[in-house]
Amino acid sequence: MNRAYEKTFSVEGDNFDNAGTASIEIKKILKDLRIDEDVLRKTAIVVYESELNIISYARSGNITLYVDDDTINIDVKDEGPGIEDIDLAMQPGYSTATEYIRQMGFGAGMGLYNIKSCSDLFEISSTPNVGTRLKIIIKRNGR
Amino acid sequence: MKLHDVVEILDAKLLIGEDRHRELEVKTAFSADLMSDVLAFAKSGSLILTGLTTPQVVRTASILDAAALIIVRGKIPSGETLQLARELDIPVLSTRYILFETSGRLYANGIVGCVEKIGGTRDGES
Ligand SMILES: Nc1ncnc2c1ncn2[C@@H]1O[C@H](COP(=O)(O)OP(=O)(O)O)[C@@H](O)[C@H]1O
Ligand SMILES: [Mg+2]
Repeated sequence: MNRAYEKTFSVEGDNFDNAGTASIEIKKILKDLRIDEDVLRKTAIVVYESELNIISYARSGNITLYVDDDTINIDVKDEGPGIEDIDLAMQPGYSTATEYIRQMGFGAGMGLYNIKSCSDLFEISSTPNVGTRLKIIIKRNGR
Repeated sequence: MKLHDVVEILDAKLLIGEDRHRELEVKTAFSADLMSDVLAFAKSGSLILTGLTTPQVVRTASILDAAALIIVRGKIPSGETLQLARELDIPVLSTRYILFETSGRLYANGIVGCVEKIGGTRDGES
């Protein structure tokens, strides 16, 4: 790849009908960029869980994908209730998901944990009543 | 084994899928109703066995490049879910066997789990 690739996707809160469409588009883009299969899988999981969290908990948000020769960068930013206790939210199994979210197969409290375990760098920051930000880097060469 | 063998073993209906899909080679599977668990453990090219029928299951399968979705307990997904599967090119099977029986029949015929247990990998896996 000679040039870096960047694109931002907007995600609307509470719109479950389209949940996952941004992620599937991002996956197609990465496939076209011939990203290694394992890196592609990790990126797709990170973006999908992030997209679902925006839809499930926030009013609206953005996912920005930035790809260069060495890394995949994913920045997730939302306007919403934020997370009061980040350590608690990061714990596998902790969830405040509604019954509706659970019926769709989400809300098992594994989302942030999955995102973190697919990432080489993971940063989360949140301000209650303002919103949440995630910064994720996935290396393209390392495993 | 091939996907058409899976259809036969499970006495399943291939709700979405064409002849080219029947020839797909499959070796591994993952059974769950929690999509985050599927995302965490399923490998690309695997069968995903589930009792859920929402469009989210199809999107999860697509995210992971699953070989096919197997809907258990005789459930038939909505037209919307099936249409999405067609669009995303994910074969969908429906079997009347319960999840335990579906998994067991496939295992008895040589299909193994995507991972054997947590913290361990299968022989030959990197
Ligand atoms: N973007 C967000 N805004 C507000 N709260 C969030 C956000 N993302 C996650 N959370 C909180 O953290 C919890 C854990 O999130 P996650 O690990 O993705 O699991 P799940 O979505 O299955 O509950 C959520 O139940 C929710 O309370
Ligand atoms: Mg989540």
